[in-house]
Amino acid sequence: MSTHDRGAAGAGDLLTLDTTDTRHRLTALNPAAKLIAALIIGIGLVPAVDAVTGGIVLAVVLVCVPFSGVDRRTLILLSGPFLLMGLSSAAVNYLYGEQGLEGAIGVAVRLLAIALPGLLAALTSDPTEMADGLVQRLKVPERPAMGVLAALRLIPLLADQWRTITLARRARGLEAGYDPVRVVRLFFGRIFALLVRSVRTGTLLATAMDARGFGTGPRSHARVSRWRAADTLLLVATVLLLAGAYALSARLGTLVLLFS
Amino acid sequence: MAVPNARGARVELSGWGWKHAGRATHALRGVDLVIEPGERVLLLGASGAGKSTLLHSLAGLTGASGAISGDEEGVLRVDGRPASRGRGGVGLVSQDPETQVVMARAGDDVAFGPENLGVPREEIRPRVENALDAVGFPYGLGHPTGALSGGEKQRLVVAGALAMRPRLLLLDEPTANLDPAGAALVRDLLTRLLSETEATLVLVEHRVADVVDLVDRVVVLAPGGGVIADGPPTAVFSTHGRALADQGVWVPGEEPEPDPAPAPGGSPRLAAEGVVARTPFSPGVRAAEPRVVLEDVDLVVSAGEATALTGPNGAGKSTLLMLLAGLAKPHRGRVVPRGPLVATDRRPLVRWPARRLARHVGTVFQHAEDQFVTSTVRDELRFAPHRAGLGAAETDAWVGELMERLRLNTLADVHPYTLSGGEKRRLSVATALSSGPAHAPDVLALDEPTFGQDTRTWSELVELLGDLRAQGRAVTMATHDRLLLRHLTDVRVHVADGRVLTASPHKEDV
Amino acid sequence: MGTDTEPPSAGGARGFPTRIGDRLRELRNWRTVDIVVAAVIGVAVGVVFWLWGIVWTVTGPLFVLFPPAQALIYGVWLLPGVLGGLIVRLPGAAVLTSITAASVSALLGSQWGVTVVMEGALQGLLPELVFLLFLYRRWGMGVAVLAGMAAGLSPAVRDVVVYYPTWPLTHQLVYGACILVSGALIAGVGGRLLTSALARAGALTPFPSARG
Repeated sequence: MSTHDRGAAGAGDLLTLDTTDTRHRLTALNPAAKLIAALIIGIGLVPAVDAVTGGIVLAVVLVCVPFSGVDRRTLILLSGPFLLMGLSSAAVNYLYGEQGLEGAIGVAVRLLAIALPGLLAALTSDPTEMADGLVQRLKVPERPAMGVLAALRLIPLLADQWRTITLARRARGLEAGYDPVRVVRLFFGRIFALLVRSVRTGTLLATAMDARGFGTGPRSHARVSRWRAADTLLLVATVLLLAGAYALSARLGTLVLLFS
Repeated sequence: MAVPNARGARVELSGWGWKHAGRATHALRGVDLVIEPGERVLLLGASGAGKSTLLHSLAGLTGASGAISGDEEGVLRVDGRPASRGRGGVGLVSQDPETQVVMARAGDDVAFGPENLGVPREEIRPRVENALDAVGFPYGLGHPTGALSGGEKQRLVVAGALAMRPRLLLLDEPTANLDPAGAALVRDLLTRLLSETEATLVLVEHRVADVVDLVDRVVVLAPGGGVIADGPPTAVFSTHGRALADQGVWVPGEEPEPDPAPAPGGSPRLAAEGVVARTPFSPGVRAAEPRVVLEDVDLVVSAGEATALTGPNGAGKSTLLMLLAGLAKPHRGRVVPRGPLVATDRRPLVRWPARRLARHVGTVFQHAEDQFVTSTVRDELRFAPHRAGLGAAETDAWVGELMERLRLNTLADVHPYTLSGGEKRRLSVATALSSGPAHAPDVLALDEPTFGQDTRTWSELVELLGDLRAQGRAVTMATHDRLLLRHLTDVRVHVADGRVLTASPHKEDV
Repeated sequence: MGTDTEPPSAGGARGFPTRIGDRLRELRNWRTVDIVVAAVIGVAVGVVFWLWGIVWTVTGPLFVLFPPAQALIYGVWLLPGVLGGLIVRLPGAAVLTSITAASVSALLGSQWGVTVVMEGALQGLLPELVFLLFLYRRWGMGVAVLAGMAAGLSPAVRDVVVYYPTWPLTHQLVYGACILVSGALIAGVGGRLLTSALARAGALTPFPSARG
């Protein structure tokens, strides 16, 4: 993610960061719109278990990937687990399912078509802007949203603590080895130690937020979450894509509905 | 004036007291105190004297709607009204920079307070910019807060408080968690700020010498009681300095002068050979690539010597210590046993089974809690001898001796997590030694062992480590405690920019 | 708060819905510490999950040979909702903790992207309903086990519909049952034991759960 200089933020935008360099990309859209679009596809594709309906959606979304503004390294890092998920789902359905290879491929393609838009929405959205969008556009309750946002900032700290706790168990002579019972006991012991730290950390963070007047009255917003025409367009296009995929698949006679 | 604010607030307490929920005794009681607008007051007292509690109450953070619940008595007024957070014009800066930064970008973080106060949008940006200028923040509004050093984060926190235009500024050990450079940064900032603002200041600080020039009045609190001394710094220290020092307070001119047993010296126990370390794997697909923190480090740790690893935070002191203790695996190179330890296991330490490692290398972590694995103090101390195969009688005798020596004997059945900071530190050192008198580890690795301790625990630790050194154990510690370096350091290893400089044995502070 | 230990079954003339309303109004006021600790617990568990998820993905092919095995350790993923509810003890805590844990995955990078947040919401909402059923007054082992099982309903149905729709019904039922059992044991029993241990360690002082 790029850093912005103090002068780079548009004067009328206050603290809203300038996004001109990515205007035509997914990154510039309102995260709330991307979230809704991903959910439309995620829910809308559930009833169709054939390879064609999901395949059309997957193909269209895949075509959008190069224009999404996601850097190559991230794409490569995530495509492994993504494809693996598709493969293992195909394998499990082929091995134990009743609809042969065709059914298995249909399930795998649908799975990937459901997951990919969500993946893109996550990779192209900044958490702060997502919270702003949810609060200002979708009227999500503000205090919990800000609380979650503040807590997400602690990820590196808690990951560090987890690492230290792990080292500390070794220092005390505790090691699970290959005994599954000890693996589970040690794991819960470490979770316990981490939870103690996180309750303390959370209490300190809450105290700091309270000290800065959090929750004392209605908040104003330094950043404005804008809903542009492009955001509406994204939602319309998503619905059209889904409807088109169903219509085409039905016309071709390939549409297979769940549990049919 | 960089940050315009109205004149300071007036603070008034009479017969005020506080009892934490679930505690039998009051943290503070019968406090009578008036602080006039614009005064700069340092609060002092032994640990447990309720100094932080008083600050939190002044900030309006105690009571039913806050995280700190308990029973209040008496009167506490800020400008004639009960303390209320946020809108009362109170700003609070606490110890730990990590848990005070709320947002992911610097500008957003400073804007957080004004947003909560409902400041109109067009006024927020000027306030944010003024506050950042006032603290001399060197980066832009969009700078990621996660990339800031501790000292920089603490500056940002001060800016966040200033943007709320406080008339009462409360500082709770603002430099405690910082390395010397970061602490100096924040102290300079406070000096400059206080010359420009008219806000009333109440400060709590452990290391009095560092802040005594910032204040014009010192108030001493007694644990469970009220104000026992009040006046200009010189007057208070000349009449109460000795008594405060006896209670464990770090008073200028009254620092402890421990006399640890001399270092016998000895042959090498561990050797780091061409060790390269990288920043640990950070989670997330968007995380930065690992960075090299230690480059080609060679180091020998010898018996009967105290080796101190120094250097700024983030320079790799703790990383090096964890590698030497055999807990983490270096990216390249290795840490191997030397001398008698080779007979135990000749493989690099990181390959040793945990049980064997724990018997020969004792590690004390900076956060003592991380290393507790049982639910009472006694079990915690029994853990290692039990695993080392010591008999019950022998174990109990040794555990009793350790508890006696480290003043833990009245706490045998207490849960380790509920101990005070000093008790936790003493217990964590004791657990590292608890394999038994004949089995105390050959090497001790301690991460900031004296951090945040009062003078009593501090002196006890120095003497205990001195004894272990005299017995021929190798004592290795990562620290930036100047006094510890002066009184208990034979070899000083400076870690900076991935390189290591070994200084010759010294006794004077550089 | 919490001094009123009147059992839900004992009641006066007022009807059940009114009393739910009263009880919820009583618990409506969240302090910042309730919100933030619920969220931070979600982050802590979420971070551990994400690191675990790597292992999970790597060992994924093993489960191809025997999918119910995967279902049996599924309960770990259901922990946050149950834990958040048991610790913070306010309506919505389970949902908030669970959503936060899922957001961590979305943020750090999961092949599911933002859709995991929706799943997190469901896995929090179901135990939430169990806590609601007991009017946010009962937090014992029985309730925790029920909450753990309830949390398992969502992935049981989701997996059968999304991952394994071609399986015969018996397979699907066995798979779903495995998830429920795992949720009851790992999330329910495990969550309850963790909460008690935290209370004993004095870590829960800001919350009513401090008393066990």
